[in-house]
Amino acid sequence: MATSLSDSALSPTLPSTGSRRRRRRETLTAWSFILPAVIGLGIFVYGALVYSLYISFTSWDLLTPAKWVGLANYARLFRDESFHQCMYNTLYFVVAIVPAGIALAMAMAVALNRPLKGVAFFRAAYYMPSITSTVAIGLVWLWIFNPDQGILNTILRALGATNPPRWLESMRWAKLGLSIMRLWQVSGYYMIMYLAGLQNIPKELYEAAETDGATPWQKTRHITVPLLSNTTFFATVMLLIEVFNLFEAVYVMTEGRPGGSTNTVLYYIYTEAFQSYRMGYASAIAWVLFVILFVATLVQFMVRRRNERVG
Amino acid sequence: MKVKIRPDQVVLYVVLVLLAAIMIYPFVWSVTASFKTNRQIFSGNPLNLIPHPATLDNYRQAFALMPFGRFLLNSAMLAIVVPAASILIGSMAAYAFARMDFTGRDFIFLALLGVMMMPGHITLIPRFALVRKLGWINKYTALIIPAIFSGQLVFNIFLMRQHFLSVPKELEEAALIDGCSRWGVWWKVVMPNSRPAIATLAIIGFKSEWNSFLWPNIVINDYMKMPIQVGLSCLQSNMRTGWDVLMAGTTIAIIPLIIIFLCFQRFFISGVMTSGMGGR
Repeated sequence: MATSLSDSALSPTLPSTGSRRRRRRETLTAWSFILPAVIGLGIFVYGALVYSLYISFTSWDLLTPAKWVGLANYARLFRDESFHQCMYNTLYFVVAIVPAGIALAMAMAVALNRPLKGVAFFRAAYYMPSITSTVAIGLVWLWIFNPDQGILNTILRALGATNPPRWLESMRWAKLGLSIMRLWQVSGYYMIMYLAGLQNIPKELYEAAETDGATPWQKTRHITVPLLSNTTFFATVMLLIEVFNLFEAVYVMTEGRPGGSTNTVLYYIYTEAFQSYRMGYASAIAWVLFVILFVATLVQFMVRRRNERVG
Repeated sequence: MKVKIRPDQVVLYVVLVLLAAIMIYPFVWSVTASFKTNRQIFSGNPLNLIPHPATLDNYRQAFALMPFGRFLLNSAMLAIVVPAASILIGSMAAYAFARMDFTGRDFIFLALLGVMMMPGHITLIPRFALVRKLGWINKYTALIIPAIFSGQLVFNIFLMRQHFLSVPKELEEAALIDGCSRWGVWWKVVMPNSRPAIATLAIIGFKSEWNSFLWPNIVINDYMKMPIQVGLSCLQSNMRTGWDVLMAGTTIAIIPLIIIFLCFQRFFISGVMTSGMGGR
């Protein structure tokens, strides 16, 4: 344990016997406070992490004992076209959802950051989808995307489209359909983040700009957007992680179909592990996703640290 | 006072109302369709929302097909027990980190930071293997215990620590001098002063447990122990065409949280703000 190191770092002067005893007592009390968390997380997070790494080097179907296969699962990742398709799909979802989600969230926040009549209603309405279970509301969207009776195509037909997309049934449109659904669901959450960010912009800046004769667009472009860059950064990383973890919408709406065109990495992990019972291979995929997300989170932490030190 | 209607205000309102309609339509459709007959759902115009004739038959059928009452009860239990345990264990640890100087502190703090940066899916398979070995499959313990020890617990520790640091020390010191133990100070002085922070975390926890799906879906296949979202997805796969009944099930799964949202909006909002800063 690294205890002695931090010990000396915390108390640089040589402690007297009395204070040493007091410290020992304090350490005991403190550990009794943190023990439940330390034991639980030690088993269910760190223990599980090590276990997961071990499983990823084995071939294991839950019924027969795990067999050590070394790096074979990782080697297979390079040849597995389903996995490549999942990575491609996930990147598609990132491109389709992240920039649009951020833009929509920021626009909604800017629009609602003023004393409008009914502003509380609009905020609640835009935020509501994000607190709703994806499984439940995904079923409703399944109906919305219904090519024959759903509202989306009914409106498109009313607008003059003779042959509207088959949405979730079509290789070409299914990904876009899922992206629209997720965009609808998550934007409100980030809108609230932006509303918080907007509170921190001093009003004097806008007043000064007005005296200089700035138009509303110029004010948005040169004051609002740059001063929200912190929020934008965090929102982008969070949304990125969220999109990489796309699972429930796929589970209830498409099951990865048609032809694997909506299969995501997390859904692939799930089907490999709990439908095909390839625990080892599924764990190897999980580790690849882990590394990607870990890097994203690490960047976020480092930037926050730097910002905290500066501001 | 003269009311001036500016054209840009009108455009803004039209856009806002249109967007609100898009945001709310799926909810309204789900609720209204749950009172419609299947014939009406399939032959009607999707913009015609009023059920005619209105029927409670879909709910009757949903409850007859699956124990929805049990599903709701299970979810309510999970959404209360898991956050309660997580907040309690979390604030204990948070108090030690906020107020005590002890051996191993920096190391443990760093280890907790590591948990925050770990995506939940990496522990999915080993947790399942572990729970299976412990014989917890299809038991409430499988739903509750692993759910407590997740990234949310660490988030709770960090947030409560932040909160404790902002509380003036004097109150606690007075109690300590009066002979109160650390545990006494934590439970009688610090915790009662942390109600808003606790409420926010309780709401975040309630929401995420009410909506949780992936983990319960893996460890429970006994209807009597299923939470609502898993039950709903079973209803979907059992009868792929019964949209009327399915929408009754969907409405049952959505409405309780919406009601809670409308009552405690404030805490939902502060939840987003804190989690925005907490990085989750």
